[in-house]
This record gives sequence, structure tokens and C-alpha cells, in this order.
Amino acid sequence: MEQKKNKDYLVLKDITKIFSDGRGNDVTAVDNISLTIKKGDFVTLLGPSGCGKTTTLRMVAGFELQTAGDISLGDKLINDIAPFDRNMPMVFQSYALFPHLTIFENIAYGLKIRKLSKEVIKNDVAMVSQMVNLVGLENRYPGELSGGQQQRVALARALVLKPEIILFDEPLSNLDAKLRIQTRTEIKRVQQMMGITALYVTHDQSEALSMSDQIVIMNRGEIAQVGTPEEIYDHPNSSFVADFIGNANFIDATVSEIGSDSITVTVQGKTLTVKKTDEVFSEGEEVSLAIKPEAVDVSIEPTGFTGKLDVSSFLGSITEYKIEFENSFITAVHSNTTGYTMKHYKMGEEVNINFNKEFFRIYKK
Amino acid sequence: MANSKLKRRLNRGSFHQLTSDPALLIGVVLILASLVLFIVYPLYSAMKLSLSQDGAFSLSQYKYIFTHSYYRKSIMNSIMLGASVATLATFIGFIFAYAIAKGKIKGSGFFQSMAILPIISPPFMFALSVILLFGRNGLITAKLLHLDTGGVYGLKGLIIVQVITMYPIAYMTLVGILQGIDPDLETCAMNLGAKRLKTFFTVTLPLALPGIFASWLLVFVGSLTDFGNPIIIGGEFDVLSVRAYLEFTGMGNLPRGAALAMLLLIPTVGVFFIQKYIIKNKAYVTITGKSSRRGSTSVTNGAKTGLFVFALGVSLFVLMFYVTIISGSFIKLWGVDWSLTLRHFVYAWDVGLTTLKNTLVLATISTPITAVLGMVIAFIVVRKSFAGKQILDFLSMLSYAIPGTAVGIGYILAFNKAPFKLSGTAFILIAVYVFRNVPIGVQGGIAALKQISGDIEESSTNLGASTAYTFRKITLPLVRPAFFAGATFAFVRSMTAISAIIFLVSARWNHLTVLILAQTEIMRLGAASVLSFALIVVIMAFIFIIMKLTGLKQSQIFGTTN
Repeated sequence: MEQKKNKDYLVLKDITKIFSDGRGNDVTAVDNISLTIKKGDFVTLLGPSGCGKTTTLRMVAGFELQTAGDISLGDKLINDIAPFDRNMPMVFQSYALFPHLTIFENIAYGLKIRKLSKEVIKNDVAMVSQMVNLVGLENRYPGELSGGQQQRVALARALVLKPEIILFDEPLSNLDAKLRIQTRTEIKRVQQMMGITALYVTHDQSEALSMSDQIVIMNRGEIAQVGTPEEIYDHPNSSFVADFIGNANFIDATVSEIGSDSITVTVQGKTLTVKKTDEVFSEGEEVSLAIKPEAVDVSIEPTGFTGKLDVSSFLGSITEYKIEFENSFITAVHSNTTGYTMKHYKMGEEVNINFNKEFFRIYKK
Repeated sequence: MANSKLKRRLNRGSFHQLTSDPALLIGVVLILASLVLFIVYPLYSAMKLSLSQDGAFSLSQYKYIFTHSYYRKSIMNSIMLGASVATLATFIGFIFAYAIAKGKIKGSGFFQSMAILPIISPPFMFALSVILLFGRNGLITAKLLHLDTGGVYGLKGLIIVQVITMYPIAYMTLVGILQGIDPDLETCAMNLGAKRLKTFFTVTLPLALPGIFASWLLVFVGSLTDFGNPIIIGGEFDVLSVRAYLEFTGMGNLPRGAALAMLLLIPTVGVFFIQKYIIKNKAYVTITGKSSRRGSTSVTNGAKTGLFVFALGVSLFVLMFYVTIISGSFIKLWGVDWSLTLRHFVYAWDVGLTTLKNTLVLATISTPITAVLGMVIAFIVVRKSFAGKQILDFLSMLSYAIPGTAVGIGYILAFNKAPFKLSGTAFILIAVYVFRNVPIGVQGGIAALKQISGDIEESSTNLGASTAYTFRKITLPLVRPAFFAGATFAFVRSMTAISAIIFLVSARWNHLTVLILAQTEIMRLGAASVLSFALIVVIMAFIFIIMKLTGLKQSQIFGTTN
């Protein structure tokens, strides 16, 4: 089992999808992406709407035919396999439960197509119902269930087929916040328990960070970065990823000196030293500095940097400050659990900004 | 270099669904072939005949028609009649729709039935009634008012009869649109200071305007292509559809009859395109999931009373015609001897039983074929994408735009010789029923399928179901109401058909409506009443059985509530 787990399983090679918009114009939804997913991994396609993540998932499921490129599953090319022969159950955003069938019939649907005996179907459905906590609802219709229950039926309907891979298309986006967190642990638990490979599409970064083994960040039809949640969060390779995954603050700066493993930049007339990256900079170049909100705080003591408070939002364990700084707005987060409460600032008041300087990353403008 | 490869894949994509799904490919090819054979080819045959003289292309028929006041008169008559009927029927239909959708007047259920009742009636039942009531021996004109008048024959009588026959078209077009107007919009207008009447004229009416326009056009075309009423009650007032029939069958002038029928094609095709490509994009009403079910506050109690009285008046007027037909069945000699008798039943039994049976058999055979074909086409059009899909969509809706007279003439010309020698057979009648009624099934099917999210079918495919399995297990059950609505309409329209089939019936395969027409023409009004009555009973029984078997409500079948 172990040696099987690290094998390449689902491979996308040079995949491109071009849609025709009906007026003779071609729109490139996915632009020459390649991706390898290992057996048993939970892989998330993450990106803003229109980035091509759902199109990619639908090509894997076979609902869209890629314009170019190959998709293979466990060494087998699946380009020409019909969607109904791919055996990759998908959990839809809308759940897509069959409104005229009972919960039992919905879950049993795929089993019936596979012509399993009544006995087996009954047992399998019962087992899965148990697993996702649907016992007692089997004779109801989808319309009579709550959103969370419907979501679990959609999951059960996929799981009951004991697939090797399961596809998720933003399955939690119709649930309320609390249920969403509960359900994502549930999905993760079942996925690990059954050792299923999962390809999961979402635009919610906390979902991606909390569930994934690998995150694939997509932007405008291309892959921006692939990595573990930690890699992506700590070392975003572009300002887009830094912004998307960490809601980073961006500050304009000028390169003043380039050292052997650090770069000195000037901000508000003061100098800062940041770590060097793979990108090459020259002296005098205008650059962007990115820093995550949780590495920025407000301070009673002078820090050398000041800004004008725009809005402060008390969120319980933290308070978020939106501050006007260098002609743009940055977000600072103050943790209220550190023992003291920050004094109340008024709108428009001058505040001291405390940057945790080692978290600055430098990007081309 | 990759570009050319991409292009090739792109082009292949549109065919991919067809080539990878042989069932779909075969289905599309078969359907297209039959649409071409039974819709395009007859139309082409009629058009070709109207455009040729001694085997060469010629506009002489049309030239003749337009240079002789005799024919110009029938064209003008048709237009004048159509415009009057369209205006009046739309007005009545709008008031009915407004009373039911917005006014929520008492007895809405009854009025809903009354607003669709004329649709399920034989084509010239009202004409027959009008003769019984207002004709030379009419109950009201002769007996009560002692008038000796034939005034009911002609424009006036035709307007009355066609308005009653066709206001349901207006009602059905408008009721959905009025229901779709969110009451919140009206409430909001009042909230902003508009009085109720002001709200009606500034919000409700403008929003319903595309529907009113659509309704007017539909009734206009309905009146233009109507054959049953004008042939009975038109008298000296000559209209195109009747003229075409008389030229073609009566005088044996086939090219001129064909040319007159082709003239009818111009407005019907025009309206078809306006409907399909203009009105569709102009409709303001969008039906969202959160449609407000609150009662409208925009109709005062006074206005409701007014609407109620109007609706009741129209309903009673319509019911009077039914009562007349039923009484006519039992009266010995209408206008002369008012004693009761069953002799019309005996006579009708003799002359009509075989025809009734045949009519029923043919309608029963063609109904399921029509309903299934309509649904399959709708499914392909909505759910599949392949090159040529537009052609399929267009052809399947086209027969909607061809007037019955043109269809009848086309079929005679197309199918009276090898290789398609069908005239005189039951098959030609079944073909007419199926291909004339299939657009209704397609339309209903498309509307129903569009409401089912594509996710649901994709989900079935994703779980391993083939296209056919998904259609059978998921799509079909979900479109069941639309399917049976289509089937019901197909049955009713087969039972009440006249304009096309009058060209195609034979001694072996006659149709009840043609028989009723013949009885009316020889002034056997009692027998005609009995046969009309029988037709209504059969249709009602069918609808009743469908409702019982499927558990569907009347409003689901006739699509008058959403």
C-alpha cells in the first residue's frame, strides 16, 4: 500500500482548452498546463473565478474535451474515454441530487447502473449512510433535506462506488460558515480513511490550506504555483500568489543596495533589509514589498513608520486595522489574546505601524 | 505550428459528441431525414407548383392573383379579419389573465378552465353554435327577435366566432408573463407615490407589452390560417384559406390554389421569425427562484369586481355556445320544430361511428409518436452540441409556421406519386398529425429541460450512466409533466384538425371534423351538433384519463401557471 501511494496517478500533460464564444472569438480557458497528482493525495485547484480551475476539473471528468494535451490515469490515456466510463464520481457545487428519487435511490443510482445485486446495493448504501451520518433519512426526497444533509447525500453517492479518485467542484460553497468547517474535516477524514485520491476545486483559501496535501494555484488559465499548503503560504513565488493566498499588503519601495543574500530597499525614506529571492533586481528599481497582515501590528510606541487609520474592525480574538500608508491601504492585525487591549483609535488618527520585518518578501512591480 | 493542430482539435470537438455516441448520430440523422421528408419536401412541392407554368419557372400565378380584384379582396379580407380578431382576442385574453394572475379574483379556478376550454373544442363548433343562435332560423334572431337575417354570415359572425376560439391563445401567452411580473415592482411603484392606475400604466402594462405584442401576432396568424370557421360562416366574405381550398379542390386549379396557400405562408413565417428571434430577446420577465408569492396590492376591490363581472360575462357567453350545441343535438328541427328527439343520435351513429373510430385510432397512434419525438428533439437541442444542431432546432419548429392549408396542399403534391405514394392511406394522416404537432412537444420539452440544471444529468453520467440510461431514468421522469402536456395537445389537435387534413382524407380514412363540416354544409345541423358533442366528450374523457393516470393537474398540462 505504501509504495503504491507515492506513484504518479492522475497526469495532465500540456492541457489547453479553448472555447468559442459563439461570435467567432476563441477564449483560452486553460493554457497549456501540466500537473501530476500522486495516488492518495488530496490536491486542490485554487484560484479566483475564471482562472480555469473548474474547466480543468471538468476535463478530468470528461465533460469537456481538451483542445490539446493528454490526460492519463494510472498510466492509461483517458482522452477518449466517455465520461460515464471514467469512474470518477464528482460532488457538484449544486449537489445535483435527483429530485424525483429518494435519498436511498440517489445513493444507489451508480450501483444500479453497475448492475449489482439488490443485497449488495442495500448493504453498501447502508454502510455509506452510516459513514456520512444519513441514517434514517433514506426514504426522504432531496427537497425535504437541509443543505448540509443534501451535501452529505452528494458525498455518499460518490463514495458508495468505492472510487480510486473523487472529484469535488466547490462542494461547500452553499453551506454556512460553521457547517463548512465541520464538513471539510468530515470530507478529509473520509478521504484519508478510504485512501481515495481527491481533486478538489475551490476559491476559498482556508479550505485549500486546511484540507490539501498539494495546492495548485491557478490564474488566468495557467498554473501560478504548486506546493504544500505551508510552502505556498510561506513562500509565495509571485505577488499574485502572495496576494491571493495571504491577502498580502503591498508596499511600494525602491532598491537601494543589493547584497550577497539580502537586498536593501527604501520605504518612506527609511531603509529595510529583505531576503533575496530567485528574481534578479537592479539598484534603483521600483519594487513591491509584500507582507501578510498578521506580520503587521499597530503600536503605541513609535516604530518609525506611521499611517492614517481608516477603519478598525473588532473581530473578537483579533482586531483588524485598515491603514492608509504610502498612498495605498494596508491591513494590520492585532491579536487581542496577548494580554492587553489596544487603545481605541479614531478614524483619521495617526498610528504607528509595526512591521515584523523578516516576513517582507520582494517582488517585481 | 501548434496552432494548426489546435484548430484541428477545435473543429473536431463539435463533431466529437456525434462520432463518439453512435446512438445520438443515428438518432439525429433519422430525425433530420424525417423532418426534411415530411416538412421541407411538401413545402417545396407546393412552392414549386405555385412558381411554375408549363414546367418552367414563372410568377404568373402570383401576378394573376395580384391583378384581379377578386383575389385582392380575399387578401384584404383576411388581413382585416385577422387584425380585428387579434385586437379583440388579446384584449379579452389580457383581462382574463390580469384578473387571474394579478387580481386573484374569486373563482379563478373556474375562469382558468373557461379560458382554455375553447382550445379543446372542435374547430368550428362555435360557428355552428352561432348559426343555431343567430342564423336565419336562429334561436335569438328568429325566435326571440323575429328577425329574418343572414347577417351572421360574413365578417361580423366570423369576428365573434374567431375571438371566442382564439382568446385562449392570448390568455395563455399573457398569464405567464403577468405572473412573472414581481408584485414587488408594483408595490414599489406605489411606495414611490404612484396611484394604482398610474402603477398599472407605468409598470404593469409596459412590462407586459412584449407579451401583448406576441399574443396579437399569434392570434393574427391563427385567424389568417383558420379554415373551419370561415368555410362555415364566412358566407360571401371570402378569405385566403378558404379561397385556396376552393381553387385547389373545387376548381381543380392546383397552381393557383398552391400560390394562395403560399401567400398565407408569408405572415406566418414572418411571425415565426419575430417570435423566435426578436420577442424572445426582448422579454423583460425573468423567472427567478425567489418569485414573490404574496398577493398583489395593486388591484382594488372595485377593480376586482369589475374584472369578475367581465370574466363571468365572457364565460357565460362561451358556455352558452356549448349549451346550444348540446341542445341542438336533441332538438328535432332547429328553428322549426323544437320538440325533443334522439333521431340525430341515431343518424349520427349511422354516418359517424366508423369515422369517429378511425379518427380516434389515428389520434391514438400519432399522439405517443409525437410526444416522444418532440421530447427527443428537445433533449438533443438543449443538451447536446454538434454541428447542425441549429438546423434540427429550426426544422422541428418550422412546421409551426406553415399554415395547415399549405401543409395539406404540400402533402397532396408530395405524396401522390412514387417513391412516396401515401395519399389515401392512414399513414399520411398520421404523418400530418405528428409533424404538425411536434413543435408543441419540442417547445414544452425545451422549456422543461432548461429548468433542469445540467448538473443533474452530468451527475448521472459521472456516476456511470450512458446517455440513454440518463434520459430514461433522470431526464424523462423530470420532464414528465411537459411530456404529458405535449401528448395531450397532440391528441386534442389531432382530434380537432381540419385545415390540412381536409385535403388528405379519403373514403377509407375520414376524419370526424370533415364529416361535421359536410353535415353542416347540407344543413343537417342536428347531426353536426351530435358529432361535435361526441368529439368534445372524447377529448374531455382523454384529458380526464390523462389527469387520473398521471396525477397531473389541469394547470400543469395546459401550462397556465408556473
